Amino acid sequence: MNEKYAHITREGLWNNNVVFAQMLALCPTLAVTSSATNGLGMGLATTAVLLMSNIIVSSVRQLVSAEVRIPVYIVLIATLVTLVDMSLNAWAHELYKVLGLFIALIVVNCAILGRAEAFASKNTVFDSALDGLMMGLGFTLSLVMIGGVREIFGSGTLFANAHLLLGSSFAFLETTIVPQYRGFLLMILPPGGFMVVGFLLAAKRVMDQRRAARVEMAVAAEAAAS
Amino acid sequence: MKLAELRNKLGYQGLLLGGAALLTSVALALASRATEADIHAAEEADLKQSLTQVLPGSYDNDLLKDIVTLPGKEGDVLVYRARRAGKVAAVVYRVIGHGYSGAIVCVMGVSREGKILGVRVIKHAETPGLGDKIETAKSDWIHSFEGKWLGDPAAEKWAVKKDGGVFDQFAGATITPRGVVKAVKGGLEFFEENRTRLLDASAPEGAK
Repeated sequence: MNEKYAHITREGLWNNNVVFAQMLALCPTLAVTSSATNGLGMGLATTAVLLMSNIIVSSVRQLVSAEVRIPVYIVLIATLVTLVDMSLNAWAHELYKVLGLFIALIVVNCAILGRAEAFASKNTVFDSALDGLMMGLGFTLSLVMIGGVREIFGSGTLFANAHLLLGSSFAFLETTIVPQYRGFLLMILPPGGFMVVGFLLAAKRVMDQRRAARVEMAVAAEAAAS
Repeated sequence: MKLAELRNKLGYQGLLLGGAALLTSVALALASRATEADIHAAEEADLKQSLTQVLPGSYDNDLLKDIVTLPGKEGDVLVYRARRAGKVAAVVYRVIGHGYSGAIVCVMGVSREGKILGVRVIKHAETPGLGDKIETAKSDWIHSFEGKWLGDPAAEKWAVKKDGGVFDQFAGATITPRGVVKAVKGGLEFFEENRTRLLDASAPEGAK
């Protein structure tokens, strides 16, 4: 049983990462990752929605016919996002002013429908909740990494304006990496997003290949020894 | 398995879709009713805050209730008036500049004498790192308008330095400050054109 949860966790965080393996949700990814803080905000908001949508979809999975599942999931997810949007606007207005843009973008995030379709519609509520959480965290991690790289090269800072998102107690995160940096505009504009995603993707591939090669060598050595 | 059989029936699927649509609509309608008042209050507080930023000093009326609407160059302009002892002390309104990527929405406060009390950019889509120095969070540039009026600097000096004016441009971004300067100048001209109506204290408070 623990094996299964570990598997779901590994899939979400690394092996089947939303951005770097499934290559989903690239539109919001490229749009908001001009800084690490923005990436974090988008990631956390998406994680919350993903968790809730996975729970709801998996709890109604017995009732939904295969033929009409897509419209049902879409209407559920769209409603969920709108509810989150309205309640944040009403009761957490300061946070809404920072996250407002991201919340509207979550509707177009195909990763959420993707998880509903690929996982939540076939698994138990608890497994789906864990999957949603891990996929969301994996997504957050990717966005923070892309945003971090773009921010360091683009404006010489890291986690600038984090206090707007997380409250003033997180102001210590705000670091100036290169003082008096003149800025490298390309990294902040969309082309920089494509480039950083490309390089990070290549790095992940290389790491995965090296690991696979090591495993293969170990297996071969074992076979030779026995 | 009865449910599995039922799931393949056309009628069940139709009902399911209808049910899902009905349930979600009810949920949205309820949520909308529950949040409406709070959202309205929060947005009003936001508006008030953005107005008071460009209104230093005190005033004794409710800004949001003392509104006059006047025709401007780009459609009607909603003017909020701050009063002290019944007399209109300052007016606040929006001006829109045209930047590098679309509209730059600013609010400006103008005193009774026609001097700028303050300008703030409330919405823009300028290039991060270059054009966004018009925000107070990024630089002090926007404060350079304070105390200026149409006679200081002279009309032909109401431009960025590159165009022979007195206002700084940013390295790598001239179009953005040019747009803001033009919008602010237009705002002052609007004030001069409508001075008597704007400062007319007899207009009833709350009249739209």
